[in-house]
Amino acid sequence: MSMKTLRGLLLLALATALTGCHTVLMSPSGDVARQQRDLIITSFILMMLIVVPVIVATLVFAWRYRASNQKAHYDPEWDHSTIVELMIWSAPLLIIIALGAITWVSTHKLDPYRPLDRLGPGRVVTVDTKPLEVDVVALDWKWLFIYPEQNLAVVNELAAPVDRPIHFNLTASSVMNSFFIPALAGQIYAMPGMETTLQAVINHPGDYWGMSANYSGAGFSYMNFTFHGMSEGDFAKWVAQAKSHGDTLDQAAYAVLEAPSERNPVQFYGSVAPGLYRSILNRCVQPGPSCMNMLRVPDSGGGGEASVSSESHAAMPMAHPQ
Amino acid sequence: MTFHSPDLGKLIFGRLTLDDIPYHEPILIFTFLGVAIGAIAVLGAITYYRKWGYLWSEWFTSVDHKKIGIMYIVLALIMLLRGFADALMMRGQQAIAFGAHEGYLPAHHYDQIFTAHGTIMIFFVAMPFITGLINFVMPLQIGSRDVAFPFLNNFSFWMTVSGAVLVMASLFIGVFARTGWLAYPPLSELPASPDSGVDYWIWGLQIAGVGTTLSGINMIATIVKMRAPGMTMMKMPIFTWTALLANVLIVAAFPVLTATLALLALDRYAGTHFFTNDLGGNYMMYVNLIWVWGHPEVYILVLPAFGVYSEVTSTFSRKRLFGYASMVYATVVIAVLSYLVWLHHFFTMGSGASVNSFFGITTMIISIPTGAKIFNWMFTMYRGRIVYDVPMLWVVAFIVTFVIGGMTGVLLAVPPADFELHNSLFLIAHFHNVIIGGVLFGMFAGVNYWFPKAFGFRLDPFWGKVSFWFWVVGFYFAFMPLYWLGLMGVTRRLRHFDDPSLQIWFEIAAFGAILILIGIAAMIVQFAVSILHRDKLRDTTGDPWHGRTLEWSTSSPPPPYNFAFTPQVHDIDTWWQMKQYKWRRPVEGFLPIHMPKNTGTGVYLAVLSLIFGFAMVWYMWLIAAISFVALLAVAIHHTFNYDRDYYIPADEVGRVETARAGA
Repeated sequence: MSMKTLRGLLLLALATALTGCHTVLMSPSGDVARQQRDLIITSFILMMLIVVPVIVATLVFAWRYRASNQKAHYDPEWDHSTIVELMIWSAPLLIIIALGAITWVSTHKLDPYRPLDRLGPGRVVTVDTKPLEVDVVALDWKWLFIYPEQNLAVVNELAAPVDRPIHFNLTASSVMNSFFIPALAGQIYAMPGMETTLQAVINHPGDYWGMSANYSGAGFSYMNFTFHGMSEGDFAKWVAQAKSHGDTLDQAAYAVLEAPSERNPVQFYGSVAPGLYRSILNRCVQPGPSCMNMLRVPDSGGGGEASVSSESHAAMPMAHPQ
Repeated sequence: MTFHSPDLGKLIFGRLTLDDIPYHEPILIFTFLGVAIGAIAVLGAITYYRKWGYLWSEWFTSVDHKKIGIMYIVLALIMLLRGFADALMMRGQQAIAFGAHEGYLPAHHYDQIFTAHGTIMIFFVAMPFITGLINFVMPLQIGSRDVAFPFLNNFSFWMTVSGAVLVMASLFIGVFARTGWLAYPPLSELPASPDSGVDYWIWGLQIAGVGTTLSGINMIATIVKMRAPGMTMMKMPIFTWTALLANVLIVAAFPVLTATLALLALDRYAGTHFFTNDLGGNYMMYVNLIWVWGHPEVYILVLPAFGVYSEVTSTFSRKRLFGYASMVYATVVIAVLSYLVWLHHFFTMGSGASVNSFFGITTMIISIPTGAKIFNWMFTMYRGRIVYDVPMLWVVAFIVTFVIGGMTGVLLAVPPADFELHNSLFLIAHFHNVIIGGVLFGMFAGVNYWFPKAFGFRLDPFWGKVSFWFWVVGFYFAFMPLYWLGLMGVTRRLRHFDDPSLQIWFEIAAFGAILILIGIAAMIVQFAVSILHRDKLRDTTGDPWHGRTLEWSTSSPPPPYNFAFTPQVHDIDTWWQMKQYKWRRPVEGFLPIHMPKNTGTGVYLAVLSLIFGFAMVWYMWLIAAISFVALLAVAIHHTFNYDRDYYIPADEVGRVETARAGA
């Protein structure tokens, strides 16, 4: 195979991979996921600069210096060349310097804790934009979404208006899960007694696949949900419909819901007991000895670290529950 | 807990009941029957041919590093069959479980399989493979008669076997863990995993880990203290260098694993709260600790494989290794950096942007020395005369495959990209790409390369090539679709899917797994055919590949004492240089050789550890206590054994060496 054909084939493979006709990661619908996609492609191309020549050169050398090719130059004692050494250390170094810079900037820009500053390319988030608050609880084995503003809760279904920033707070009831809507944004873990945050926005209406990306036990494979991106009007209707369900998610209802179950249907609660999410986060729904906020003193600051929650700043340092 | 139970049955059997024997699960019944019939056939044959005495005195109790190395590799190959059977079952399940079809494995079974697959492939396939190769090759390469602590070496091996047996026992008695191979709490804590599974995992790894750590100490001592005169650090063969650094990593990393498992065990057995959700436990500590071990672990595996590629490339290119010094420094840099990257396994657990970028960038930096090594192999081939025997084929396949795996690895090291790709099948494809393409290909190259040294005849090249092509092509079929599925947003450890458009990719992956199955079968055929045709494949020179390092100066197989006279080293490629200078094997002046004696203590200690581990899994406190005391007693008793060595008389050495010189 000539070099030209080989190069052609590689370019073809590259093009196929990049256009990624059907894959959700390569054609996402949320701005965060889109920036992550762009980053994947940029890094990929940057590395191709070195990967393709290495593969080609390896195959060329492997073929050219085969023993049966007596015409090739044979130099059994040749084992050092300063120029070559400089080249083989500096070429990867240069690529990594470039990639490292991109990494530093993009990791800060796409930090899931950082409030969004854009809804899409060239669309700045205005100062008075209030993100949609959603509290997410990973349960065995379903997702609970609490909308504090709207005072409602849903199991295994999530909806949000397009082009409005969403601010997720996440925790879990018993084990680790990972909250992942590939079309919207990258995943973030939901962990018991800890709170993580995800900032995202959906740009196109549609129904998207959401799941737990971290294995959490027997019912894990069915721990999926649909995420609806909706127009403002449709979202208002969705909220109204959800509110029309009379059930209240209070401590008793949560205790029932929390018990392990699989393939739960979508379920609405028209209202939510105040402070429920905070109690779940502090492992305090059922009064007991383990309330986190009674056990620990808040960490001072800690930037974007997943902080062990500590609501009650008034709690005595190291106070033990009586 | 049952401490206060007056019930004698409970005291002896703990929580083990008849219900823990999975006689109601047809898959396990058939597996058990297969294993039982196989075992009876093998044991029967050994008895029929009266080989027990031979096996016991020549192999099981042997302290000869060469035999221990071979036994390690046999263990790795047997466990590869188990680990691969798990892989086939997973591929089968994922290829059919769509929509209304649930597949053939319930969650209870499927979740054990993927946990066992990961655990077995890392701890009981890859680890014994590299430890076995290091054991066999390294002392020969440095011109030594054995390792520094021969008995410790035998003991380490049997502890690894003991851990493997305990993990295997979970197939037929009780269950294995359903947590994923690293058993993250809180899932692995008692409330979420009350049964025997996680305990099997803990004790299996603890027992094997004792062996690994001790073996690490042994190998470091050997390399540091027992090199032939003249072999300065910068004249050590490159495989020995990688072995040294891998063992330094073992000694530095495995105690972390031991401590982490001990803390998890305390949580599960003594009610402590190191990693629990409540009462001050912090499972993030576990995640950090396990990866502080876990990341160096992948370099423990891949560094010796890099060493194999260096030896093979240089030998089969008939040329000195390009950039020896740069290879050594690259290896050292990789070993050091491997401790600074662990957080990249959990960017998505809520660390801040600065922490994530730090670990992302350190991870990328590792690709610089790794890249340099790849270039060094390339330039070793450049201006060489490359002979494509089976080991060299594996090298070329490795370079191409590993470069792809390395590239996807760097991609995963970019935190925002990892947010989309973490836990996805893209990640699965990546680490199989580097562990199969990097570690396993290297082990296969190594086995084909050093087999004639170990047994005195080559492996059949035809079946070696059949195996090679099925493995390599099968690998691409099995894992390239997984990259694609990862981009489709499909995550790992799922046993059922709703989206029918994914199915075709899983079917292609399953097809790839079948190709690999044929590759493995061809490898078994290769061993069988080679043994049958051993006279035709016989190597009497001891140097069938025109090797460059000291192991090729010995006979094949080498005598128990390896070298009648300790060689003098003047060059990196010592044996190549000796050949250039028309070195002649001495035929007189032999001296008696001081040798370590075989001992059964390693086997006894490992059996007692196995009983102890099993008793701990099932809360059999009485048996656990007795076996633990016995363990200490046997170990202490062994220290009073002064009958540990003997001399091979000079005329015996002379006879062996003359016979060889005449050959």
